[in-house]
Amino acid sequence: MGAALRLEALSIGALRGVGLTLVPGEVVCLSGASGSGKSRLLRAIADLEPHKGEAWLGETPCASLPAHQWRARVMLVPAESHWWAEWVGEHLVTPPAEADLAALGFTAGVLEWEVARLSSGEKQRLALLRAITVLDQHPGEPGALLLDEPTANLDEATTRAVEAWLSERLRQRGWPTLWVAHDREQIRRVAHRHWQIEGQRLVEREPRPWT
Amino acid sequence: MDVIALSWWQLALAAVMVVALAGCTAAMRLGVGRSLLIAATRTVVQLALIGLVLEALFAAERLLWVALMALAMLLIAGREVMARQQRRLRGGWAFGIGTLAMFLSSFAVTVLTLTVIIGPDPWYRPQYAIPLLGMLLGNTMTGVALALDRLTESAWRQRGVIENRLMLGQPWQEAIGDIRREAMRSGLMPTINGMAAAGLVSLPGMMTGQILAGTAPGLAVKYQILIMFAIALGTGFGALAAVAAGSRRLFDSRERLRLDRLAPPRK
Repeated sequence: MGAALRLEALSIGALRGVGLTLVPGEVVCLSGASGSGKSRLLRAIADLEPHKGEAWLGETPCASLPAHQWRARVMLVPAESHWWAEWVGEHLVTPPAEADLAALGFTAGVLEWEVARLSSGEKQRLALLRAITVLDQHPGEPGALLLDEPTANLDEATTRAVEAWLSERLRQRGWPTLWVAHDREQIRRVAHRHWQIEGQRLVEREPRPWT
Repeated sequence: MDVIALSWWQLALAAVMVVALAGCTAAMRLGVGRSLLIAATRTVVQLALIGLVLEALFAAERLLWVALMALAMLLIAGREVMARQQRRLRGGWAFGIGTLAMFLSSFAVTVLTLTVIIGPDPWYRPQYAIPLLGMLLGNTMTGVALALDRLTESAWRQRGVIENRLMLGQPWQEAIGDIRREAMRSGLMPTINGMAAAGLVSLPGMMTGQILAGTAPGLAVKYQILIMFAIALGTGFGALAAVAAGSRRLFDSRERLRLDRLAPPRK
């Protein structure tokens, strides 16, 4: 199960002709200077901005699906999450499993929390959970994750917990994952491969470039 | 009808009082005297001109002239709807959607009211058609403009929310659903409030005018109710069309939020 995520000559902003294949369950970390176009690349893959080139999930090209169906499978979790209703539970399509809540440091009571009271770290973890529940709605179908600095607002211990939980879920479900990260230690812990944006191109780095 | 004829010297008396008011505000250095006088002069000139046009139209009673007049009024209303928006859609869409909404809200409702409810002979009789259309355009314009302005402004402000909802796989209609509801609400609120308060807080202008011109209050009330329902209908359908077309235009065929289709706000 699981399908590869393949980018074919994707161009957006300054980036030109990005080609990359992520095999099922693989985590590829993406780094680059601020403003180098990491987030825009993720947005292009999720088809949120006009771009050149095509992304494929398994045998399915992005353009062959209605855009919202593509995004429900190729799930982008932005660096800053946004919330539109008053309570946390109103943002989740299905109630999450107890185990997932516990792994992220919550109990079922969190669904009754007011969004306005959430800290930035809580928002970040709940945004991950919210995205995963959408992917979990169709367990038989392939999916992929695009994570934009998913642990930027978390302390060291929570970061480790989130990494462990994510890695486990990715392995179970075989979602290929493109993970924007800056922390070299984190890249070493979670990435199978590491790419860096340099100018207009992606350059492959060793998984452990700084050791 | 026992209408007391109003002569020009009686109007001149009212004008002298307006000038006196302007004089007072000038003496108190309030800085509104000039604009007051300009506005008063515009009222006289514009209404006198429209009076001449209406007299000619009423005398001729030709469908072509009525239609031309109606078209001119419609285009001006469409332009006005566009002008009242802070962030308007680029490329003629603001004018197009505004005019389409005004066409639906006023034209359709006027023709329906004339043919089905009032039934003058001929149905386009200018004495009925033109004031009815004018009243509908004037009143529904506000609702349509408010709805569109709210839609584009909220979409711009809540870009992050809309895009996050898109990321979670929601179709565009769902992602902008709350904003569409808000826009409809703000477009319809003045009309709903107007209907709720009619006769309690103030006597509606048209009814007052009719009574002053000698119509029996009972008949004036019936016409007023008809007009208010027509305005509610027109505003509702006009705002609905404007919000539907406007929100569709904010997304492209791949359901991406395209705020680049909005012009920057005017200073």
